[in-house]
Amino acid sequence: MRWLKSESTNGPNRWLGVIPIALIVLVYLVMAGERNAINPNEKILPLPGAMIEAMGALVFERDPLSGRYLFWADTAASLQRLGLGLALSTGIALVIGLLLGVLPLFRATFGALITAIAVIPPIALLPILFITFGLGETAKVALIVVGIAPFMVRDIAAHIVALPREQIMKAQTLGANTWQLILRVALPQAMPRLIQALRLSLGPAWVFLISAEAIAADIGLGYRIFLVRRYLAMDVILPYVAWIALLAAGIDMLLAFLSRRAFAWAHGESH
Amino acid sequence: MSPAPDPVLSLRNVWVEYGDKVVLERINLVIEEGSFLSVIGPSGAGKSSLLRLILGQTAPTRGAITLDEVPLKPRCGPDRGVVFQRYSVFSHLTVLQNTMFGLECAEAPFTARLFGSRRRAARAKAVEMLEAVGLEDSLHLYPAQMSGGMQQRLAIAQALIKRPRILLLDEPFGALDPGIRADMHTLITRLWREYGLTILMVTHDIQEAFALGTRVLTLDKPRIDPHSPQRFGATIVYDIPLTRKIREEAANEPLDGSTGEPIPIEPSAGV
Repeated sequence: MRWLKSESTNGPNRWLGVIPIALIVLVYLVMAGERNAINPNEKILPLPGAMIEAMGALVFERDPLSGRYLFWADTAASLQRLGLGLALSTGIALVIGLLLGVLPLFRATFGALITAIAVIPPIALLPILFITFGLGETAKVALIVVGIAPFMVRDIAAHIVALPREQIMKAQTLGANTWQLILRVALPQAMPRLIQALRLSLGPAWVFLISAEAIAADIGLGYRIFLVRRYLAMDVILPYVAWIALLAAGIDMLLAFLSRRAFAWAHGESH
Repeated sequence: MSPAPDPVLSLRNVWVEYGDKVVLERINLVIEEGSFLSVIGPSGAGKSSLLRLILGQTAPTRGAITLDEVPLKPRCGPDRGVVFQRYSVFSHLTVLQNTMFGLECAEAPFTARLFGSRRRAARAKAVEMLEAVGLEDSLHLYPAQMSGGMQQRLAIAQALIKRPRILLLDEPFGALDPGIRADMHTLITRLWREYGLTILMVTHDIQEAFALGTRVLTLDKPRIDPHSPQRFGATIVYDIPLTRKIREEAANEPLDGSTGEPIPIEPSAGV
């Protein structure tokens, strides 16, 4: 069998990825079944029925205290924080990354600062953010921005610096000034890379979001998981984790789709 | 010798040094209007340095360069067009957009984009230029969708639309296969004649240099200090005007016809 040749993603290969996931689910079900047979009050490995029952209360019934559908309120709150953090980081990465990449003077002045910020573990800054911005939404969004923006800035800057010298010289011989060079040569070529950097930052962004929510929040997916942990409520935690995974994968696929649609030239696709 | 046409570019006793390393020394060169100058020489003999010098990317450490009797500023400008071996075209722009880029930079300083009737005029100019290089059927392709030969055709069209005083070619056909290279030779000869271009072409292909040029320069290091190889730089060791070719040109005879080349080295198709 020629292993290296079978890299195509269509045909039967496309469905190969389902196998390991199905296997993990199967192993879980077998283990949960065994434990539930021994102990009907099993909490650590709940069966799907228990999960559906627990989640039903959160998804379809109003919370008697707050009057909200908790699952949907958690999702909305978390997605809002995540969205704000990602949007801010993307904007910062684009502007500062472009300036760093195009202008050597700007790079010489601020390059070291960006690197210094990037090497600080963001969670170590969380107390500072809480003290500065209070325990509200701002600190949570700020943690996501502090966590992923430096990486994205450096990635965009490095990408722009690596544009072939010939392209810059060619643009200049075609009469482009620095502004036109940024607008027509650097910016468009930074865009697909920006989406790629955003996709790579999604994982860390979720980490910072869940961390911030775990420490100080009254709503959110991370808050809920850490709240019900006290009752060993795996029947809520596991569906929530699956839901987070689904959201993360969905956002990632959406970004990949957008990039291919808007920047076909960067993906080597013919029209 | 025929009466000397106006000099487009002249270099007087030009030196290029990096610290104590001498790259080019005692370069004296007058390039006349309408000439096709081929520059050959071994690797490291400063062929590309000479090109970068004229391009304005490096400044001479000694001597003077004038373009149309005006001292040359050490920066790239639209009066000198350039085609590199690779990366000459913008991968994020279509063929048409690549060609219009130079016009848009000149006419729209802030947006670098044209709209309405000015856009239609620029588009018409670009299409005309693309017809001249044989790309009229590929207006909406991206460079990644084209062959190396087509990309070089585009790079030539992109440069010529600015009507540069001198067109600089840096091993423009070096990465192409022999058949395509022969086509490109025909193309550049035709464009040179039709548009009355002044061309300086750096090449490592001696046959190409003699087949296309009206004058062949050879750069080399005439002096070598074995104890300090950086001590002496390269200079022009041969300056060969292909006078019979110039006379043929004056008599409007076809250059690539079967009249028999006056050059000892017969230019076969490509290779």
